[in-house]
Amino acid sequence: MAVTLGIYYITPFLRWERGSYAPDQAVLIDLVNQRAYWFGIEIWPQEVYILTGILILAAIALFFVTSLFGRVWCGYFCPQTVWTDLFVWVERFVQGDRNARKKLQEGPWSFEKIYKIFFTHSIWLVIAWCTAGSFVLYFNDAPTLVKSFFEFKVSPTVLCFIGGLTFGTYLMAGFAREQVCTYMCPYARFQSAMFDKDTLIIGYDEKRGEPRGKHKQGDSWENKGHCIDCTACVQVCPVGIDIRDGLQMECIACGLCVDACDDIMEKISLPKGLIRYDTLNHMRSGNSEDKSKFHFLRPRTVYYAAVLSIVGGLMLYSLINRSQLELHVLHDRNPLFVQLSDGDIRNGYIFKILNKTHEHKTYTISVEGLEDARIDVKAAGEASYKNIYVPANSVGTYHVFVSSNTEPSSPIDITVSLQDNEKSITAEYETVFITRSEK
Amino acid sequence: MSNDNINKPEKDIDEVTGIETTGHEWDGLKELNNPLPRWWLWVFLICVLWSVWYFVVYPAWPVPGGATKGTGGYTQFKELEKNQAEILQRQQAYLNRFEGASYDEIMKDPELYAFAFAGGATAFKENCATCHGSGAQGGKGYPNLNDDDWLWGGKLADINQTLQFGIRANNDDTRISQMPAFGKDDLLKREEIEAVVDYVLTLSGGAKKKSHDQGMRIFKSQCAACHGEEGKGSRTVGAPNLTDKIWLYGGDRASVFQTVYSARAGVMPAWGKRLDENTLRQLTIYLHQLGGGEPDEVQEEAPVVPEPEQKP
Repeated sequence: MAVTLGIYYITPFLRWERGSYAPDQAVLIDLVNQRAYWFGIEIWPQEVYILTGILILAAIALFFVTSLFGRVWCGYFCPQTVWTDLFVWVERFVQGDRNARKKLQEGPWSFEKIYKIFFTHSIWLVIAWCTAGSFVLYFNDAPTLVKSFFEFKVSPTVLCFIGGLTFGTYLMAGFAREQVCTYMCPYARFQSAMFDKDTLIIGYDEKRGEPRGKHKQGDSWENKGHCIDCTACVQVCPVGIDIRDGLQMECIACGLCVDACDDIMEKISLPKGLIRYDTLNHMRSGNSEDKSKFHFLRPRTVYYAAVLSIVGGLMLYSLINRSQLELHVLHDRNPLFVQLSDGDIRNGYIFKILNKTHEHKTYTISVEGLEDARIDVKAAGEASYKNIYVPANSVGTYHVFVSSNTEPSSPIDITVSLQDNEKSITAEYETVFITRSEK
Repeated sequence: MSNDNINKPEKDIDEVTGIETTGHEWDGLKELNNPLPRWWLWVFLICVLWSVWYFVVYPAWPVPGGATKGTGGYTQFKELEKNQAEILQRQQAYLNRFEGASYDEIMKDPELYAFAFAGGATAFKENCATCHGSGAQGGKGYPNLNDDDWLWGGKLADINQTLQFGIRANNDDTRISQMPAFGKDDLLKREEIEAVVDYVLTLSGGAKKKSHDQGMRIFKSQCAACHGEEGKGSRTVGAPNLTDKIWLYGGDRASVFQTVYSARAGVMPAWGKRLDENTLRQLTIYLHQLGGGEPDEVQEEAPVVPEPEQKP
């Protein structure tokens, strides 16, 4: 829990050097400038497929882990569970354990009750506010925003987001809690599809426990299961199920029933593990000691692992081969072509040049597939076809004219390419040169 | 049944569901009485209250001659004005810079250049596209503004003057010239016109005909005053270059004959009084950069002396 929370709160403050033309925040989703940064990875809106890939990867990894170890995501990483645990911990810290809390709740509105409840909710709100604040920091430069907070210069948009998220966190972790897991979480609904008999789950050893019943000290265990029906497991369950009825959708694998049952087993001097974290196969065979039979290699896991590595490989490939320069060319629609006074035909194109490096660059344009092509650029300043300037980390737009004395014929397929003036980085785009049609 | 139950009818409970019915019955079908959920009812009541408030504050009730004004004084026109004012304010910042800048400065500043080009494009579509076409590609009698052929000059100043005062427009400073109608006004005989037409067609690569020499003679005496000895035209009088491949009214023999016979003269309005100075300048830059704009004469600049390196 501490690790997960730590990662969440500290990440926005991590720095990552990217030169003077890009932000130096390690993880940043810059909505205004349409960039996403994740350490060395940078995503432009044109590359949103990388984001899709990451999501697919995450989903398959989740399936993979689920089929192996059950619902570990919920207990260790799910923000809902982690924040709920944090809020419960605060509650316990201020108001005492379950019995004390119950007593307080049922008691009259004494000074103690008021101040304890007030105190709990204040801490909750502070945590919620920090959470919301941290979330917003992922979308803004963290130190700047934090500073402007203390100077009371934050924009209303940011305040709205923080307000909404604070309220959301307060509501979800303070009140809704595990109901979210039961009623709102889609993962809970479809996770059973990834389970099989070799998946690690929280389970009750029916073979050993049944028939359950009250047991007095000194009685023999003859014809009796080890479950003494103390209902400790039911009492501690945050989602309110009886684990002895078998695995249920609501179970978030928190393991509280395991701990509760082990405590009881210890008290009545029986071996622990009546409720335990194990596979269904082991439970059925009644062989709780034999851990060696855990099957890692199953068609399901092999399948997930294969998909995982294929998607991962594709992602890696696309990241490694990510071009630092991209060119998009739009042919003018109106007019399609212009005849010049010497009879030449001229076509106009809009060049969109994506300079993804963190340096200002100049490029040279060339055209292939067209004889006697002359390139002319109309733009501010000193721009020419040999000197196309695009600032660092931005998109340059140029109106480029290509003329040729080509005779009337059908449209000619041409390839325009862009060459970095210093490095051997190029980009190409296939387009068309339109001439007057033959009459 | 006791007497009490006459005034207080017994609740009719549906046997299957155990829910009270409304007592309505149609051919043995009874209606269950399931009350609305409380939260739904509350939302409904709040909506009713809200709608009353809305009717009072916002324009709502249709009355003869429009609708009630509402106490809040809201109209969509006001909202539009507010939004427009915001946009104009943002525009003004650029406009202020644009106003003080020379063409040269604008051409060197990417921001001002983009501002001028965008402004010019909008003004063009609003005012000029009717004749010149939305892509400035022109048409018969309406010059294509994308090409490099200019009747009256393609430098920034030339374009601006044309825009300002028009061509053959109702303006004292307008550009004006008139080609004689050689056939209509009986200045030349029909065969003479045909000879000169054939000659003119050779200027841009047409085949020579028998009447070539006659045509040349007539051209030199009748046309060269404006179109020049070699037929290259003159921008001071807006006489087209007859040697290039661009024909404003068509380059086939019949069209050229028609031109010589009854003369042609296009009219463009003077925009100086209709558009403000800034819009005209934006239009000038837009048209100049459409592809055919001609550079201003290169002024002899003093050689640039490299500045001595500043030492900190």
